[in-house]
Amino acid sequence: MERSSVTRKTGFWEVVKSLLSGLQLTWRHFRNADKRRAPVPVMDDNYFNQPEGLVTLTYPYEAIPVPENGRYRLHNEIDDCIVCDLCAKICPVNCITIESVKATEEIGMTSDGTKKRLYAPVFDIDMAKCCYCGLCTTVCPTDCLTMTPVYDFAEVDIKNMIYHFTDLTPEKAEEKKQLLAKQQEEMAAAKAAALAARKQQG
Amino acid sequence: MLAFLLTLMLLLGIVIVLAYAERKVAAFMQDRMGPTEAGPFGSLQSVLDVLKLLQKEDIVPAAADQKLFKLAPILIFAAVFAGFAVIPFTPDLIPAGIGIGVFYLLAIISLDVVGLLMAGWGSNNKYAMLGAMRSVAQIVSYEIPAGLAILSVVMICQSLDFQEISYQQGILLNRFPGLEFETNWLFGIEALGINTTNIGGITTWNIFRAPILLVAFVIYFIASLAESNRAPFDIPEAESELVAGFHVEYSGFRFAVLFLAEYSMMVLVSLVAVILFLGSWNTPLPNLTALKFANWTTGTVGELSGILWGGFWLLSKTFVLLFLQLQIRWTYPRLRVDQLMHLCWKVLTPVALGIVLLAGIWRLLMV
Ligand code: SF4
Ligand code: SF4
Repeated sequence: MERSSVTRKTGFWEVVKSLLSGLQLTWRHFRNADKRRAPVPVMDDNYFNQPEGLVTLTYPYEAIPVPENGRYRLHNEIDDCIVCDLCAKICPVNCITIESVKATEEIGMTSDGTKKRLYAPVFDIDMAKCCYCGLCTTVCPTDCLTMTPVYDFAEVDIKNMIYHFTDLTPEKAEEKKQLLAKQQEEMAAAKAAALAARKQQG
Repeated sequence: MLAFLLTLMLLLGIVIVLAYAERKVAAFMQDRMGPTEAGPFGSLQSVLDVLKLLQKEDIVPAAADQKLFKLAPILIFAAVFAGFAVIPFTPDLIPAGIGIGVFYLLAIISLDVVGLLMAGWGSNNKYAMLGAMRSVAQIVSYEIPAGLAILSVVMICQSLDFQEISYQQGILLNRFPGLEFETNWLFGIEALGINTTNIGGITTWNIFRAPILLVAFVIYFIASLAESNRAPFDIPEAESELVAGFHVEYSGFRFAVLFLAEYSMMVLVSLVAVILFLGSWNTPLPNLTALKFANWTTGTVGELSGILWGGFWLLSKTFVLLFLQLQIRWTYPRLRVDQLMHLCWKVLTPVALGIVLLAGIWRLLMV
């Protein structure tokens, strides 16, 4: 490749010219100060382009539109969650904590028609640990765990970074646990009775 | 006393606007937004800054020379403010109309240097000391080309009175006592035979009356940047190396006074540039046959219209120059000390000397 040396321009008029071009540059920026970045959607061709104008964003008052399916804060639609624990298992940083309680009867259906058989007294996601990899959302069989376009959720107290998604109050959860225990007791009793009956027969 | 208070009010007003403009202009040139929160578009920012400064503790370093340290800001501001005494704001409004205004101004703002040295020495701080030394060296040096540029104007105008120099640059020429029978010729040369006495406007400004003064104006403007410690000649307070130069130890009210003095200096040198070179309070619009722009935009001397038009033109021209000062600050990098001295002693001073000579010859052509 041929390299051309940069010749240094000297002389009075060259200096004047370079001084003036400097002023021209600042003047151009000053004149373009009435232009701002337009809030164009992500699909726009100019999304990553800002040829001129002020670049400052007065953030809390205005924000750049973000992609609808970007990796931001997680949300769990607990009504659709079947508490299968897949998300907690795949999470590389173990930030999802799920406790499950078997239901004594069928609870209902998710919106895609899967039967729900488990309660989730605890469904916590620690957003401070989450690395927003999105793996949990891909494994979720009912698509109830999703990422939302919310990215501004800083907290003063780090405990508030743990999001509780469960829809059961602690009392309700206790009640369900007791129901389950009672059912299991009954079942065990029934089983024992059946066993005893069979033994008698035999 | 009234003149004192009015001038002080006016000055404070201009400085507040200037401090706000400085931040906004700087921001816009760097594609930022500048202050936005205080008041509409952040316009109360500089007022709040002043209020904040006044609430701050007034710290005097234990090792400082108390007397010098405390006196310096007052002396600096007094020296600059005294310069405003001879500035004609309108055709008949001048705080102190003395005949040797130009001479007085040059003398009184040189006192500034003493204050700077007191501040730097009294602070007992190496940054302050270095800043003050640089500042004094720079101001004393640049007073020479600035003085020579002003001298060439004085030679053309044959007067040391700011008001007389102002009257000479417009259609009111013959209204000044002693100039009743003077005439302005295009480029100052009678041989061209174009009488501009009643055309006025830009054609009678000093830079037009004697085009050689255009060069003097450029020299004066560069030197005035250095005298008010503005970029690219801001080595006395070079933030990146000296923290803040001579006022690094000051806080609270004293800092506010120093700050005020610095901005007043900018305003003062711009005012002087406007008065000496850019037609003072005269309108830039000339009379063109039937369209008497100059008459319309001059008002009547002695009446409210004359005062308003005069003040308007003077201040708007001054603000143009101030804007240029700001723009230069945000455009050019700072000069090194040796480059600064080189520019002053080996470029500006010889050229200014040449201008003085040429101005003398021009004056001979004018009469
Ligand atoms: S996004 Fe990744 S890190 Fe965050 S909870 Fe889901 S799997 Fe865990
Ligand atoms: S993978 Fe989806 S359905 Fe399963 S527990 Fe997690 S959120 Fe609920």
